[in-house]
Amino acid sequence: MAGTQYRGSEIKDVDQFLNDAEGLETEREKEIGQHIGYRYDVNLVPDYGRLTPFLKQYMEVMGWDDLNWLEDIHMGYEEGKPAVFDRNINGWVRIPDSIELPDNQQDRDMIARELLIKFQMSDRHPLVMLRKAYMKF
Amino acid sequence: MASVTDAELKEMTQEERVKALGMTTEQLTGKSMYIEFDPDATERFEYPWAPSVDFNKRTEVDCDGKTTTEVNNQIRALMAEGYGTIVLQNPRGMHSLGVGILSKLNLIIDGSTGYFSTGLIDGPNVRITGRVGWSCGENMMAGTVVVEKNAGSTFGAAIRGGDLVCRGSVGSRTGIDMKGGTILVGGDTGALSGFMMQRGRMVVCGNAGKNLGDSMYDGTIYVGGDIQSCGVDAVEAELTDLDKAWLTRKLTQYGLMPDKGVDHFTKIVAGKQLWNYDNLEPNEKKLIL
Repeated sequence: MAGTQYRGSEIKDVDQFLNDAEGLETEREKEIGQHIGYRYDVNLVPDYGRLTPFLKQYMEVMGWDDLNWLEDIHMGYEEGKPAVFDRNINGWVRIPDSIELPDNQQDRDMIARELLIKFQMSDRHPLVMLRKAYMKF
Repeated sequence: MASVTDAELKEMTQEERVKALGMTTEQLTGKSMYIEFDPDATERFEYPWAPSVDFNKRTEVDCDGKTTTEVNNQIRALMAEGYGTIVLQNPRGMHSLGVGILSKLNLIIDGSTGYFSTGLIDGPNVRITGRVGWSCGENMMAGTVVVEKNAGSTFGAAIRGGDLVCRGSVGSRTGIDMKGGTILVGGDTGALSGFMMQRGRMVVCGNAGKNLGDSMYDGTIYVGGDIQSCGVDAVEAELTDLDKAWLTRKLTQYGLMPDKGVDHFTKIVAGKQLWNYDNLEPNEKKLIL
């Protein structure tokens, strides 16, 4: 029914979707069996006091004064596991269990940005093979 | 697959390449799409295929008498030779200049461009000394674009990442369907700016026209001047200290910091009243199940 609104439930805790993968809170969410909205704050602007040395170096190499497109990268949660959305493959990439998660979203976002860059620039990224197969020579 | 060399691939048609690399023959049944980061991945800052360019190696291209395709191809050829700073002279309002650059580069366009300039870019830093037509920086993925004068409508249409800056004023539908990134406007913006915005940040130091943020799903708009009217589901929100710190940093970075600071900015976000999950859906589910 057009015009019917259902807001998602608010995110209350940084570990909310690690402890409760479903994240169903409102009646509507329980009814449809799906959490409404993102599982992280997409509008959270980065705290530049928490930059990692790798990210500082990346900014320098690219000639940028800030995180640029990485400002939109956040650590999300997929099926109760921490993960980062990679726009180049249109899918989630999971954080290995060996990486300890900080207790706040800002530091988690910095880890997500660092891991995503290393993955996108690596030879194991699916885009490398896709490019070989479909690019115009 | 590893036995096929790049030289052999170059000799093949696309269809042959696809088969040779196993893109269509691989058995997908039972295969998980699950991908995990490698915590020991090598530190690399550019795509494996990106040309190695040096910002200190500079050259100029005269656009006079050339087609857009010739100019854009010349940019790629110069990047392959290692030029990291390229100046385009005499653009004279050419359309689609500097599109599809997918690695780092300093591109200076000395003059004004037509429509769709520097679209689909992923990494370069672009400076345009004149004005730009419609849809500058459309579908931009990463990098920076700074326009010194005014810009036309649909500035930053469907932008996904990076900083798109106009020191002057911009037309209507700025950031239409934006899915990320930052649009900074030193002057005013026209009607329906932020229309169907889904993510990202838009900062307007001047005034905003009618229906600002109409049908926005998410994202944030900061306006320093007056807002003629907000669109459907665009609502005012509290400007936090983190917002102020970010605004100060970003505006200072591009020399757009207003004399009176950032405290006067109005923050507009989605009211989330358009997050429609149709009433019929659960009933349909019950019928199906």
